[in-house]
Amino acid sequence: MAERRLFALLGLLALLSALFLGWGLREPAGFILSLRAVKLASLLVVGAAIGAATVMFQTVAANRLLTPGIVGFDALFVFLQTGLVLLLGGAGFATLPDLAKFGAELLCMLLAGVALFGVMLRRGAEDVLRLVLTGVILGVFLRGLSGFAGRLLDPSEYSIVQQASFATFGAVDSTQLAIAAAVLAAALTGASLLAPSLDAAALGSTTARAIGLPFDRIALLALVIVSACVAASTALVGPITFLGLLAASLAHAVLRTWRHALLIPGAAIIGASILVAGQFVFERLLGQQSTLAVIVECVGGLLFLFLVLRKSRP
Amino acid sequence: MIRIENMSVARQGITTLSDINLGFGEGGVTALIGPNGAGKSTLLHAMSGLLPLASGRVTIAGQDIAGATAQVRARTVALLTQSEHVTARLTVADLVTFGRWPHHRGRPGPADHAAVAQALDLFALTDLGQRQIDRLSGGQRQRAFVAMAYAQGTPWMLLDEPLAALDPRHARDLMERLHALSRPGPRQRSVIIVVHDLNIAARYADRIVALKDGRIARTGPKVIALTSAMLSDLFDTRMAVDAVNGHPVVVPV
Ligand SMILES: Nc1ncnc2c1ncn2[C@@H]1O[C@H](COP(=O)(O)OP(=O)(O)OP(=O)(O)O)[C@@H](O)[C@H]1O
Ligand SMILES: [Mg+2]
Repeated sequence: MAERRLFALLGLLALLSALFLGWGLREPAGFILSLRAVKLASLLVVGAAIGAATVMFQTVAANRLLTPGIVGFDALFVFLQTGLVLLLGGAGFATLPDLAKFGAELLCMLLAGVALFGVMLRRGAEDVLRLVLTGVILGVFLRGLSGFAGRLLDPSEYSIVQQASFATFGAVDSTQLAIAAAVLAAALTGASLLAPSLDAAALGSTTARAIGLPFDRIALLALVIVSACVAASTALVGPITFLGLLAASLAHAVLRTWRHALLIPGAAIIGASILVAGQFVFERLLGQQSTLAVIVECVGGLLFLFLVLRKSRP
Repeated sequence: MIRIENMSVARQGITTLSDINLGFGEGGVTALIGPNGAGKSTLLHAMSGLLPLASGRVTIAGQDIAGATAQVRARTVALLTQSEHVTARLTVADLVTFGRWPHHRGRPGPADHAAVAQALDLFALTDLGQRQIDRLSGGQRQRAFVAMAYAQGTPWMLLDEPLAALDPRHARDLMERLHALSRPGPRQRSVIIVVHDLNIAARYADRIVALKDGRIARTGPKVIALTSAMLSDLFDTRMAVDAVNGHPVVVPV
C-alpha cells in the first residue's frame, strides 16, 4: 500500500535526521547540537519545498521531465543577486540587512513566478508548453544578462555573486529559516487542500474539464503554491535545479500511486531525505563542506538525461 | 433539449464550424457523421461548453451553457473525447470513479461507489476493475472510458468515436447498450455519438447529423437522411444504400 510506503519514508527521514544530529557529537554538545539543528531544519525545509513543488508543477504541466528550476526560476534568482550587487556595490550588498534582502528576494520571486505562470495560463491550459518554452528562454536570457552584468563587477564583487548563485547550506540565518518554514507550512496546507483536484487535473486538461474541474483555476492555484515553495527555498540557500526532478521521480516510482495527497508529502520527504543523507555523508563521513549541491545537481542532471533519452526513443 | 443557435467556432483563428443551427430532443441516439476534419469533434466540445464560441449560443434545457459553472455543466453533459490517454497509475475502477467527480469532487461516498459498480457491470468491466488502465488493450481501455462517461450520470452523453478500437462483438454490445439506455424510462439518456462506420449509424441511430467542411450537410431521421446521393456527396465517393431487415445498409461502390 502506498500509505505504508509513505510511512516507511517518514521513518527513514527520521532516522537520517537523528544520525545527522547525533553522529560523533563532541563537547560542547549543546552548542554543536543547536548548530546542527539549524542546518538540519534548513535541509528539511529546502528539500521538502522543492520536492512538493516539483510534483505539483509536473502534474499541472502534464510533463514528468520538468521542474520549476528548469523553467527559469534559478536564473531569476541569480539575476536578482547580480542586480543587487551591481546596484549597491559589493560593500553595499554585504551591509544590506539580511532580513530585508531575504524578504525582498522572496517577494520578487513569488511575484515573478505568479506573473509568468498567470499570464501564460490566461491563454488556456493547452499552452503549458508555451509557458515552459518561455520560461526556458527567459532563463537563458536572464543568465546571459547576469553573465554580462558579472563582467561589470570587480573580482571581489563578482565572488560575492558567485557565492550567492550556488546553493550553500553553510550559513543559514535562523530568522530567514523561520520565514521560509512558515511559507512552506502555508504552501503544504494549500497543497493538501488542492490534492484531490490535482488528481483530476492529472487526467489531462480536456478530460479534467469534461468532468467539471475548473482546470485553469486549479492550475493557477497550484502554480502560486509552487512559486511560493521555490521562492522560499531559493531565497534561503540558492538555486538547486535538479533536486526536484530526483524527488518527484522517486516519489512516483516508490509510491506508485496517483493520489497527490500521498505524492506531495512523499516527494517532500524524499527531497528532504536526499539532502539530509547527502549532507551527512559529505560533512560527517567525508569531511567535505560544500560538495552536496554539486553532487545533487550531477545525479539529478544524469537522471534528467536518462529520462529524456528514454522518452525520445521511438 | 439542446439547442444550438447560429453557432460558429474558430480554432487557432480559423473558422471550423459556421452557422450551426441544431436541436436535439431528449432520448434516442443521434449519429454524427462526416469526413475527417469536418468538425464533428469540435461540435461535441462546443456543445459541452469546453470551447469558446465565436458567435451564437448553446442552451441546454433553456440554460446557456457558457454561463453554467463547471460542476453544473459536468452534471448535465458527459463528453468522451477522441484521444484519451492517461499517465497516472489508475485502475479501471479509479478511472470510472473520476466520472463521478461532479458529484463527489474528490471524496467519493457510498452512492458514488454504487454508481461505479453499476457502470462497470453495465459495460462488462467488473473483472477488469482492479487492472491498471495502461495495462489494458486499446478496446478495453476505450470501454473503460465509456463507462466513466456513463458513471457521470448526466442526461446527455456525447461520445466521440467510442467504437474506434472495438472488435465487432464489443462494438455491437456497446451500441445495443447505448441504444437501450436511450429508450424512454426512468434513467433515460440522450446519446450523441460520432461514428465512422455508417452501418453502425444505420443500424442503431435514430437520427443522423451529417457535417461537412464545418457546416451541417444534412439532418433527419436515418431512413430519410441516409440516402445514396447524400452519402456520396458527403464523402466525395460513391456509396450505395440498400435495405436489409428494414435497416439501411451502406456499401461503398
Ligand atoms: N486543437 C486544434 N487546434 C486547431 N485546429 C484544430 C484543433 N482540433 C481540430 N482542429 C481543426 O478543426 C477542424 C475540425 O476538426 P475536428 O477535430 O472537429 O474534425 P472531426 O470531424 O472530428 O474529424 P475526425 O473524423 O478526423 O475526428 C479541422 O480542420 C482541424 O484541423
Ligand atoms: Mg474527431
